Amino acid sequence: MQFKQLGLAACMLATGLAAQAQTEIQWWHSMTAVNNEWVNDLAKQFNESQKAYKVVPTYKGSYPESMTAAIASFRAGNSPHILQVFEVGTATMMASKGATVPVGKVMKDAGADFNPGAYIPAVAAYYTAPDGQMLSFPFNSSTTVAYYNKDAFKKAGLNPDKLPTTWPEVFEAAKKLKASGHSCPMTLAWQGWTQLESFSAWHNVEFATHKNGLAADGYKARLKINSPLHVRHIDNLAQAAKNGEFVYRGRNADAQASFTSGDCAMIQTSSGYYGDVAKNAKFAYGLAPLPYYPDVKGAPQNTVIGGASLWVMSGKKPEEYKGVAKFFEFLSQTKVQAASHQRTGYLPITMAAFELTDKSGFYQKNPGTDVAVNQMIRKVTDNSRGIRLGNYLQIRTIEDEELEQVWAGKKTGKQALDSIVTRGNELLARFEKSYKK
Amino acid sequence: MEKRVLFRSTWLPWVLIAPQLAIIGVFFFLPAGQAVLQSFQLEDAFGMSREWVGLENFRQLLTNPDYLGSFQRTAVFSVLVAGIGIVVSLALAIFADRIVRFAMVYKTLLIVPYAVAPVIAGVLWVFLFSPSIGVVTYYLGRLGITWNHLMNENQAMALIVLASVWKQISYNFLFFLAGLQSIPKALIEAASIDGAGPWRRFWNIQLPLLSPTTFFLLVINIVYAFFDTFGIIDAATQGGPGQSTSILVYKVYLDGFKALDLGGSAAQSVILMAIVIVLTVIQFRYVEKKVQY
Repeated sequence: MQFKQLGLAACMLATGLAAQAQTEIQWWHSMTAVNNEWVNDLAKQFNESQKAYKVVPTYKGSYPESMTAAIASFRAGNSPHILQVFEVGTATMMASKGATVPVGKVMKDAGADFNPGAYIPAVAAYYTAPDGQMLSFPFNSSTTVAYYNKDAFKKAGLNPDKLPTTWPEVFEAAKKLKASGHSCPMTLAWQGWTQLESFSAWHNVEFATHKNGLAADGYKARLKINSPLHVRHIDNLAQAAKNGEFVYRGRNADAQASFTSGDCAMIQTSSGYYGDVAKNAKFAYGLAPLPYYPDVKGAPQNTVIGGASLWVMSGKKPEEYKGVAKFFEFLSQTKVQAASHQRTGYLPITMAAFELTDKSGFYQKNPGTDVAVNQMIRKVTDNSRGIRLGNYLQIRTIEDEELEQVWAGKKTGKQALDSIVTRGNELLARFEKSYKK
Repeated sequence: MEKRVLFRSTWLPWVLIAPQLAIIGVFFFLPAGQAVLQSFQLEDAFGMSREWVGLENFRQLLTNPDYLGSFQRTAVFSVLVAGIGIVVSLALAIFADRIVRFAMVYKTLLIVPYAVAPVIAGVLWVFLFSPSIGVVTYYLGRLGITWNHLMNENQAMALIVLASVWKQISYNFLFFLAGLQSIPKALIEAASIDGAGPWRRFWNIQLPLLSPTTFFLLVINIVYAFFDTFGIIDAATQGGPGQSTSILVYKVYLDGFKALDLGGSAAQSVILMAIVIVLTVIQFRYVEKKVQY
């Protein structure tokens, strides 16, 4: 008897809970340190703003790691609802039709308020399919900018208020820094992204065919980065490396620590690095757009975006998709986007968020934070809309491998770039073959 | 002489080995079979489309000079890791065996690195040898040696060999120590009475009696160098500079887990598996003949 009662009570409790239970939305991301706090705060704010849904953010490792984890879980049938994917994985996600649900569709089905036109063109274009459907939700977009150590500039007799804007000026500054006894005048992070991808868009030259892979038949794209301009630039950097004016400090973001510590005086890397510099640099610093070659017609154009977007995975309940749409609606609010931009250094993503930030006087108070935005909000060309290639992670590795041999003096710029094109195109051919229309 | 235990029952032996078989089946044969299957397919990351491509994945690998180049690097790396690892840990085991006071402390300290995850081991060594902030780099610089494993291929190789050996020494050490302690004291004492010095005793008695252990460790260390070192490489050099430290297993990891090229990665792991099977067979057929049990 007692057991029966207990059982009954348990049943009632369970149904009661179920009626009240919120729909949980799993969100896998790759944000660490200050940016991890940011992601958690966003989820917290959303959860407190309503009662029906609960967004649960989970850190799943670096970008490639969380993507691998999501793929494994998708194959096992329990993927998260929302997955943060970096720009390098975008083509892979797009090619996997059926594994994801386009964000445009999620928003429309839920009757949510969503206007893709509000986004900065270079951002929206990158995440939109050739048929005009927005596939993923722009979240943390960054671009490439240059950071300078003004104290080191002063010491070398350079004008810290007039940061270099062209490559000849940068090399000149590096020479002077070297002459003043600086052991690392310049370093570069994300060398493939800053020196080949953004470099191409910035100079309005082709990185790959088929609109850098963004065209409707973008899966047929092939690399074009062994042009005379690319060769000239890599050779210039090789010469600087030989003179000790450019010091190689490793792949991906490894070089960043050398700038924050004051060891290197100039670096080109992600605008998302701003938060780190603002918090940790013990010297006066300045941000500036990437340098360009003034004799190239059409330069400077705009730089390409990096960072990540949020993808919605397929196979979930309609009620859950409604929650996802609600959450995206929350993230789309201008004040949320403006706050995120000011906090992290990622791009404001929408024009409205940019204008709101501008009006608040944030850019005056924090000089240099608008550099990335100004580099992006321009009319884009087919060469500068973005780069979306299959097997891109492996191609980035090839770029690293080949460029390292140039910095070590083992290959010339031409040899390395030719090799990147040959090796990269093999991977692109492989991607084209596996691509299902 | 062969030792054999006879079971009268037909089913009992099978039942007794069933748990072991189940574990091997789930954790080895199943994934290995899947790898073989995938190596003949071209598949997108999410498994939405799958295409049978026959030997295409293998053809692509074996016509790729970069891939072929990594065989040589893998050979150099494995020989160095296994060779140095075994010699150093044998020396340590012999010293630890002779120590009378605080033996436990030394032993524990020598075993500790085994508990460190490969990635952490890689990071630790990178900190020591970092071109900009490394302690070792600083002292090497004062000796006139410029250390920059981001640019110098041989230094990069040295770094990952060092980290891999360090990680494996504990394991080797334990087996050698156990081996040394199981050598009957009477043999050593008899040799001493006959006038054999420490070196002679080591060379003529201890080393031959350790040969089964050494052989076992040789196999294990080669397998370790071939399969378990990708974490160290990923943390220390990511295969660079150029491709100088991109050994076979690292490419399997990179292509499969980071680049999501499952077919290509599976084909590589099948090749790797074949190499290790052949190596192990060779070791058992030819090297084991020299082993005295």
